Amino acid sequence: MSLFNIFNVAGSGMAAQSQRLNVVASNLANADSTTSANGQPYRAKQVVFSATPVEGGAQGVKVTAVVEDNSPMKMVYDPKHPMADERGYVAMPNVDVVGEMVNMISASRAYQNNVEVMNASKTMLLKTLTIGQ
Amino acid sequence: MINKLDDALRFQQTALSLRAARQELLASNIANADTPNYKARDINFASALKNALAGTSTELPTVQTSPMHLEGNAGGSILGAPAMYRQPLQPSADGNTVDMDVERAQFADNALRYEASVMFVNAKLKGILTAIQGQ
Repeated sequence: MSLFNIFNVAGSGMAAQSQRLNVVASNLANADSTTSANGQPYRAKQVVFSATPVEGGAQGVKVTAVVEDNSPMKMVYDPKHPMADERGYVAMPNVDVVGEMVNMISASRAYQNNVEVMNASKTMLLKTLTIGQ
Repeated sequence: MINKLDDALRFQQTALSLRAARQELLASNIANADTPNYKARDINFASALKNALAGTSTELPTVQTSPMHLEGNAGGSILGAPAMYRQPLQPSADGNTVDMDVERAQFADNALRYEASVMFVNAKLKGILTAIQGQ
């Protein structure tokens, strides 16, 4: 029954987009974290989406990896900072705050799209149940 | 008698299952709007319906001369109709060809036509019922 499959497809899209939103939240929250669990400044993270077949031939979405951004850290001159090096520079996380805001809006819009898809499928299923009444 | 009832409903039944399958395909496109290298797909509804009613398939099966050969239906098919790749109007840099405007419009259109088919089935059933009761 392919209409029920749409719930799986849209559901996988919503799960993937919410994970993306989660990563954005993590990046924004740690935009000023000069240390992390491994002692290094926080590195921005990004999710990697890939299409994955679901039952019945349709393609859902899966987050295959969360990769770290390898771009250089932002060096900020602040000699009074406890993490400053001998030249007075502090390595700040490589989080692109503006880019993350855009990413957040994109993720939330994509999530809403999937919700709409799910609602439309639900309406269609309910309409199908009225056949013969 | 049952055969005639079947015949009366066959067209809308086939149309409904094709619409449902197409809706699934469009849902896949919308869900994968941000997946790099994902190619949006759709079916040609008119020819798919014609073939489904005639019981023919437009798929060309790949000849397998060894049990090790793969089936070769990479594009996938819906009830015998090949799922074709959409021609992107504005292709994006990451290789994704999902155009959200097109997909959303097609999704809404398909949902509406599905509901129309449901109404046609209902009307047909009402007609048959009236004929049976003979009132």
